[in-house]
Amino acid sequence: MNPVTSNPEARESAAGKPATEKDRWLHAYRQMVSIRLFEEQVNDLYTRALMPGLAHLYSGEEAVAVGICEALRVDDYITSTHRGHGHCLAKGASPDRMFAELLGKETGYCRGKGGSMHIADPATGNLGANAIVGGSVGIATGAAFAAKNLGNDRVAVCFFGEGALGQGSLYEVMNLAQLWKLPVIYVCENNQYNEYTHFQETTAGTILGRAHAFGIETDIVDGQDVRAVNKIAGGLIKRARSGVGPAFLQCDTYRYSGHHVGDINREYYRSKQEEQAWKSDRDPIKVLGSWLIEQRHSDAASLEEIWYEVRKEMESAVKFAIEAPYPKVEEVDQHVYA
Amino acid sequence: MPERELTFAQAVREALAEEMRRDSRVCILGEDVAEAGTPFKVLSGLVEEFGAKRVVDTPISEAGFTGVAVGAAMTGMRPVVDIMFGDFITLTMDQMVNQAAKVHYMSGGHWKVPMVMRTTLGATRRSAAQHSQSLQAWFSHVPGLKVVLPSTPYDAKGLLKSAIRDENPVVFFEDKMMYKLKGPVPEDDYTIPLGVADVKREGDDITLVATSSMVQVALGAAELLEKEGISTEVVDPRTTWPLDEKTLIDSAKKTSRVIVLDEGYGRYGVTAELAAVIAEGAFYDLDAPVKRMGAMHVPIPFSPPLEDATVPTEQTVLEAARSMCGNQ
Repeated sequence: MNPVTSNPEARESAAGKPATEKDRWLHAYRQMVSIRLFEEQVNDLYTRALMPGLAHLYSGEEAVAVGICEALRVDDYITSTHRGHGHCLAKGASPDRMFAELLGKETGYCRGKGGSMHIADPATGNLGANAIVGGSVGIATGAAFAAKNLGNDRVAVCFFGEGALGQGSLYEVMNLAQLWKLPVIYVCENNQYNEYTHFQETTAGTILGRAHAFGIETDIVDGQDVRAVNKIAGGLIKRARSGVGPAFLQCDTYRYSGHHVGDINREYYRSKQEEQAWKSDRDPIKVLGSWLIEQRHSDAASLEEIWYEVRKEMESAVKFAIEAPYPKVEEVDQHVYA
Repeated sequence: MPERELTFAQAVREALAEEMRRDSRVCILGEDVAEAGTPFKVLSGLVEEFGAKRVVDTPISEAGFTGVAVGAAMTGMRPVVDIMFGDFITLTMDQMVNQAAKVHYMSGGHWKVPMVMRTTLGATRRSAAQHSQSLQAWFSHVPGLKVVLPSTPYDAKGLLKSAIRDENPVVFFEDKMMYKLKGPVPEDDYTIPLGVADVKREGDDITLVATSSMVQVALGAAELLEKEGISTEVVDPRTTWPLDEKTLIDSAKKTSRVIVLDEGYGRYGVTAELAAVIAEGAFYDLDAPVKRMGAMHVPIPFSPPLEDATVPTEQTVLEAARSMCGNQ
């Protein structure tokens, strides 16, 4: 495997040359805008009936994926979830091949065989999004097991939603990871809702208490503040890379959209006022934008320019995907076995 | 010099040791696999040679350590997981069926899962309903997995080495009643390809297609049938997937009578699939409908006379074959 990346920070840190603070956070801003506008396009493709099936949008949670992936090396591993577009983009995936995958096209990351919930990419260390809730906890822990045994000092980040706290396999692998001091970070994205049910209705005790029980290092962070996520994740990743062991990070965040693109009428499980409050007061892109302006790293017009550029990039990526060919039907039974 | 003989368990252990010496990425994960060498003592001595980093005792967490093996296989290791009793594969089903089996396909061929799951099958050990099942049909049903059913020490060594070298997830079922069975096993580094059946005994009047534990039963029945003047061919598919359909169909065409034997439950099982393959491929050459013999459709009972009634025996196979050949 010969990883390449579009992530300038990863390239520079690989070269041992840290980017300036301004460059780092402007890059993080652009990454978050990319995820937001990618998801806008996905919703648009769905409503125009151009996308087969459904998709689960990451809008509102951008600071978690970006804050954490900006602290990773390109050869570090991630596993993702059914709500995975943000993780894939933050780890360096290209929007054009992602859209192609969402449309089931041959040029997609998985030749159209995976779709929205299964994007995987060895070049960016993406072991795959997973459509079984909690389904990737073993894979991420296994990647950390391999990293430790092969001595290549990689770490693995396991993204999952708070809904996965209901799955027993999570507790089996956290026990193994702590026993064997594996370099894995369990990132619990608490977006408040297990599909259509508030997490307090499904989760006894505390979230962090679960990891505490295994003696795993834990932390909690405002998942709408990309700088806070990045700082705390950076410490936990460094700690894991040095061989001390796993960590569990709870990121409190919010899912702007429904469980999936078709979940439009949501008032039976959450109010419009609640949704609006998160969007108005705690939007992760606004939070970082305000800080960039306060620090005079940027100004409103320059940030607007980023939105404009990213929007153009997404439009051209969608065009690429729409024009791309479907895989040939003869391919249906290829890749069953290696 | 007489041929060297090993037990089935020794052949399994030799295959593992040779592959671990050949390839430092091969490791073993499972419950009591290290100093204990498993309850069946199949792995005795391996931790002493390869150390606790490569022969890894795990907690009693089948889903957890199987999931770890999937991720480790994707990222450069060649793990062999040990599931002590085949009944416990139920605890690993999401990891094997939704993860290991599908990763290569779902990723458009980008990721691979070169792992082996070793587990056991077989009744008559007086272990009751949760330690006696033969669930090979479950994994044989899933695209993306390969399933191996060795029936002799020779096959166990050669097939396990192939399984470990395979780039796909392979499930390797060992009959726990066969661990002490002895047979010739060369000291050489030989492999047996997955997907090649073996004719264990040649004959002209009837074919017994048998897997794993049922191969010895079929060979015993064939001896008895020989005395009655019935010449019996015994064919061992050795893997349920990939499946060597041609050898099965050729034998059916040659003898025109077939009984299929597998220790899994008869309903919706391995015997049903093999019988269908033969019926589709050799229908016009058959003198009788293909007969299936598997475990009775009951949970395996504890009480010895009840348990013994649930699985095919030399005597029940003899009677079925005699009847099919018109010799009452």
